[in-house]
Amino acid sequence: MTQAVIELRNVSKRFGETLAVVDNNLSVNAGEFLSILGPSGCGKTTSLRMMAGFEQPTEGEVYIQGTNVTGVPAYRRPVNMVFQHYALFPHLSVADNVTYGLRQRSPKPPSAELARAADEALGMVRLSGLGRRRTYELSGGQQQRVALARALINRPAVLLLDEPLAALDRKLRAEMQFELQNLQRDVGVTFLLVTHDQEEALSMSDRVCVMREGRIVQIGSPRELYDRPNSRYVADFVGKSNFFAGPSAGTVTSVRPEMIELAPTEKKLPQGLATAVPAKVLNRIFVGDFTQYRLASDRLGEFLVVSPRRNERDVGTFEIGDQVAAGWRGDAAQVLADN
Amino acid sequence: MRIYASLIYIFLYAPIALIVALSFNAGKQSMVWTGFSVEWYGKAFSNPLITEALGTSVMIALATAVLSAIFGTMAALGLERTKGWLRIVFDALIYIAIMVPGIVIGISSLITFVTIFDVVNPALEALFNLRLRMGMWSVIATHVLFNIAVVALMVRARLQGMDRSLVEASEDLYATPMGTFRQVVLPLLAPSILAGALLAFTFSFEDFIIAFFVAGPDVTLPIYVFSAIRRGVTPEINAIGTVVLLTSLLLLLIAQWILQRGNKQA
Ligand SMILES: Nc1ncnc2c1ncn2[C@@H]1O[C@H](COP(=O)(O)OP(=O)(O)O)[C@@H](O)[C@H]1O
Ligand SMILES: [Mg+2]
Repeated sequence: MTQAVIELRNVSKRFGETLAVVDNNLSVNAGEFLSILGPSGCGKTTSLRMMAGFEQPTEGEVYIQGTNVTGVPAYRRPVNMVFQHYALFPHLSVADNVTYGLRQRSPKPPSAELARAADEALGMVRLSGLGRRRTYELSGGQQQRVALARALINRPAVLLLDEPLAALDRKLRAEMQFELQNLQRDVGVTFLLVTHDQEEALSMSDRVCVMREGRIVQIGSPRELYDRPNSRYVADFVGKSNFFAGPSAGTVTSVRPEMIELAPTEKKLPQGLATAVPAKVLNRIFVGDFTQYRLASDRLGEFLVVSPRRNERDVGTFEIGDQVAAGWRGDAAQVLADN
Repeated sequence: MRIYASLIYIFLYAPIALIVALSFNAGKQSMVWTGFSVEWYGKAFSNPLITEALGTSVMIALATAVLSAIFGTMAALGLERTKGWLRIVFDALIYIAIMVPGIVIGISSLITFVTIFDVVNPALEALFNLRLRMGMWSVIATHVLFNIAVVALMVRARLQGMDRSLVEASEDLYATPMGTFRQVVLPLLAPSILAGALLAFTFSFEDFIIAFFVAGPDVTLPIYVFSAIRRGVTPEINAIGTVVLLTSLLLLLIAQWILQRGNKQA
């Protein structure tokens, strides 16, 4: 078994009356890319800050590489953080920002060594030659990379990233997702990223940890979370899903929109479906590679269907107001706790 | 509206402009223009009374600037962590120190010094054959008193505008609290500290009222001017006035420039 690089053991954090984090256990493996996913205010940043050492848990312990670091201040923990708004030092050049961590060592490394390390780190984030600039002269994406270089140059046991892409515009965000993933592979440092954006979490991570109101509700690979959510909350937060009344009280049946088959009539639906209902098209949104329909059925109410472009060859497209048939296989429906 | 404003400005600045203009007057008569000359500047700066007073004023202003910068910064840093009623009390004290008229500060400081001397001088005299008396140091002490508030206000404004995550980033990058203070907090506060020190210098350099009460036998430049005027305004006085004015103006402009540059960076 690989050793956990960083671990929360029964950690709770209380701010006055607010319970920000409730009795959490989390263990991050060496070299993995783990995301903490949850809506705003669910305690993600607080969890991260307890690992970095900016907050101390009210209860429980934090372990880094097997050592209990509860109560140890941030400057004596071998982890580094990329702050939400980067927190680059405005009075220092890009290179001096990047070597800041190295310069805190005693004895301080010689300046030739610092310069070489800065060059190497800036090269790693594709900012070669910008070392002499001031940080506020750089674009948002470049500042982000300086923040990454400044943290990674120290070879931390874990790199903590707090919503690192939130401040970037859409296009840059998509680019940085790839870049973060590649960077993590290249340097082999454990990444722990916090985000409220499910697409971000699913696309980059080896494992995702879903939080809700201070509690961890499920941990698993993106595929596991998507295919086998353990509650309505996770199914709803990780991807989209339709929820129908479950077989018993306190349960729901969840069916992913892309698992639903559409046809002009029930007869034209594929064989072997567990459920098939007539329905009416309420809305149609063309997204390019797929079309999204909102349907209404007398028996099941409203639900979403995502129909890939390729299907249109077989079943055609439908107009608003059309009567259609929808159905799904038995294994597409999951019975989940309704919470 | 514009005319009205212009009139006010003329009313405010005409006397000052007049003094500056007359300081370049060639004639002996201070109020009759007879030609351009810088002769009075030469006269003023070769008058030993004036150069000595100037020296005293510069010393006082320098000491005030340095001490106010140190204590004012410490006050601002201390106040940042203070919450609740203690904070309110200290805030009020800071504003009071700035708003109280100079004459009140002067008189109350005078009374305080005299009272302290009455108590400690007999003992000092018996033990060390020493007597405390007022002079440059008491002017410095009093100037520092209210200029601490000036610096504290400026530094605090800057502190409040400072991104807290910069301090955390520094700690995250292994800097000790002392290291963070030296490498991050102090450099970021430097513009406001420097600007505060320049203001303190200016306020101290041009102060007459407070110095008048607590300077004892020492003569500052404003005190010299005051006593000289009683013998009539000479172009020499105008020259001194112009020098003081331009010095103050220059320092204020520099302070403003430093602050703006600092804000742009942060
Ligand atoms: N320093 C603090 N003082 C008081 N309450 C806080 C503090 N930090 C966070 N909280 C509260 O703790 C909860 C979790 O916050 P946070 O960890 O920032 O959530 P997230 O990062 O998931 O948005 C919120 O209710 C927030 O208001
Ligand atoms: Mg947050």
